[in-house]
Amino acid sequence: MTSRTRLRSGFGLVLGLALVAAGCGGAAKDELVVGEYGSLTGNDADFGQSTKRGMELALDQLVAQKQGKIGGLKVRVVVEDDQGKPEEAATVVQKLVNQDRVLAVIGEVASGRSLAAAPICQEAGVPMISPSSTNPKVTEVGDYIFRMCFIDPFQGTVMAKFTAQNLALKKVAILTDNKNAYSVGLTQFYKESFEALGGQIVTEQSYGSGDTDFRSQLTAIKAKGPQAIYLPGYYTEAGLIARQARELGIQVPILGGDGWESDQLIGIGGTALEGCYYSNHFAADNPDPRLQEFLKTYAAKYAGQEPNAIVGLAYDAGVVLFQCMDKLATQSPEVFKGLSSSRAGSPERKAACKQLRDLIAATTNFPGVTGNITLDANRNASKPAVVLEIKGGKKVYNTTINP
Amino acid sequence: MSEFLQQLVNGVTLGCVYALIALGYTMVYGILRLINFAHGDVYMLGAFFGYYVARAIGAGQDPHPGKALIVLLVAMAGCALVGVLIERLAYKPVRRSSRLAALITAIGVSLLLENGGLLLFGADPKFFPQVVAARNLSLGGGVTISNQQLIILAVSVALMFVLRMVVMHTRIGRAMRAVSFSHTAASLMGISVDGIITFTFLVGSMLAAAAGVLVALQNPKIDPYMGILPGLKAFVAAVLGGIGNIPGAVLGGLVMGVAEVMVVGYLSPTYRDAIAFILLIVILLVRPAGILGKHTAEKV
Repeated sequence: MTSRTRLRSGFGLVLGLALVAAGCGGAAKDELVVGEYGSLTGNDADFGQSTKRGMELALDQLVAQKQGKIGGLKVRVVVEDDQGKPEEAATVVQKLVNQDRVLAVIGEVASGRSLAAAPICQEAGVPMISPSSTNPKVTEVGDYIFRMCFIDPFQGTVMAKFTAQNLALKKVAILTDNKNAYSVGLTQFYKESFEALGGQIVTEQSYGSGDTDFRSQLTAIKAKGPQAIYLPGYYTEAGLIARQARELGIQVPILGGDGWESDQLIGIGGTALEGCYYSNHFAADNPDPRLQEFLKTYAAKYAGQEPNAIVGLAYDAGVVLFQCMDKLATQSPEVFKGLSSSRAGSPERKAACKQLRDLIAATTNFPGVTGNITLDANRNASKPAVVLEIKGGKKVYNTTINP
Repeated sequence: MSEFLQQLVNGVTLGCVYALIALGYTMVYGILRLINFAHGDVYMLGAFFGYYVARAIGAGQDPHPGKALIVLLVAMAGCALVGVLIERLAYKPVRRSSRLAALITAIGVSLLLENGGLLLFGADPKFFPQVVAARNLSLGGGVTISNQQLIILAVSVALMFVLRMVVMHTRIGRAMRAVSFSHTAASLMGISVDGIITFTFLVGSMLAAAAGVLVALQNPKIDPYMGILPGLKAFVAAVLGGIGNIPGAVLGGLVMGVAEVMVVGYLSPTYRDAIAFILLIVILLVRPAGILGKHTAEKV
């Protein structure tokens, strides 16, 4: 090493230390920090972006009603990107809990990523609300983990009933994303219910998320001549698979779950998706006044667009969390102080989070935009599901199926 | 039977794409004894160039064969430029160093292109506009081929034929073969070795770009990491056929494509990527020089 490079690296070291020191100086302000993580980029970026928009709307509402404050403290939301990878989800939630010292966490959409992050929140005693992970295992991680949506055993049954009764079909092929806990779970529940209803699964094929060529599997499916294909994956692959199925001359309807819910679905699949159905949390053409009000607010903020169910669930998750924090502030102001960022890591914080958890768990008949939310003993919301049909390039309400 | 034939059609189409990419690997290896690991990323750039051109000329809204051709040609031209730049800026300065230095440089260029792409194009996948409206043609017996698959077959066979003509029947082709034989002897005969190397990169990158656009036509999801796996598989295809050997690369690509599709169709999609490397291990054990490769004793 020449003396000049040594000098330069020495300078770099000093600069680095200075930056670290500056980074530490900013904390110790009294505020309420809430964490959010999601796939802002990556294969299913629309999930993370939708969740972010839902949380922004919940925060906007808090600003409009209470200047963005709860119990006199300002609420700040820290958003982290997990790039759609489970291992990254664990890393960013680790950061939210240990560095940002958040009092609660909102996320994820994908069950696989919620499952990666949930044990971290459970261990740290930080409540985590997943707006839209439907795999039953997510809330089984522990008593600090909640969700705002129905679970897959129900969603699978809904679609099985719809296939056997509403569409009156007997022979179905299944195409599962075997890298995705959500898809594997939904396949199992659909298969059980559909066979119990007298249907027959003619073949089960699988793919991996991120694949782009599905012709081999579709060729195998075509050879079995099913009347419909059940495809419980995410929207990116669903759109591509529908296109390739039509190219191979498969004309039967393709059925899916709430993983299809994205504004991009029809952009990717185009006309190949006409006459396909999927189960969802809400239908935007539902006349419910609460929902219609929400649609108006959303359209005002995001240039005339229509929110999807992921946005709605994230909004509900945010509002439930803020209401529970507010309840804590009025019921026991002393305990509430523990949620302040200046108490991070203290025993008071632990106690406050515990009480906050109890309040979330007691949520009963909360009037959400995605329906009335009551959390059961397993911290899952019990709600009806709707089935949407894709018709003329639009998602149209078809029917509601109750639990 | 019809299912098997359909899988075969799918496999040959995929194989043609691997063959196009493998040609670039094998040509560069033949001339420089360098495995150009950035080649898969040039394929990715080809798809992205095609994407932006298609959007700029509105090829998605009203598909027209002329527009599709423009998309293909511009992407090929863009990548030819990128290929030449990579050679001039990254590989030429280390050409006199050890082969290991060149190999590591290649990996560096690959990482640069992937992460540069991430920065430039964004991490969320883009969807290639449908520049050719999909139509199905029945081949009889329940076997269908889409017009997109036909285009892939036709364009890749045509490009391979042109490449064959250039290499075997033109002056520059003869010069390429001479350089591949010996740099020193070729330069003593008055061949500009640097010029030939640049030309090789230009042609290889053009073929990769064509593969990128053709694949994007059929599987419209493109992202900056899309080149990694096809790049590796095409490299295996080149080794399989005998690296440095042009007909070998085509044969290797076809074997790989058909093997992959058959494994997915009849075994499990989990082994989709594994099959490439199983083939690689088998060929290295059984016939290290590749199917069409000549076995040469290493001089010590």
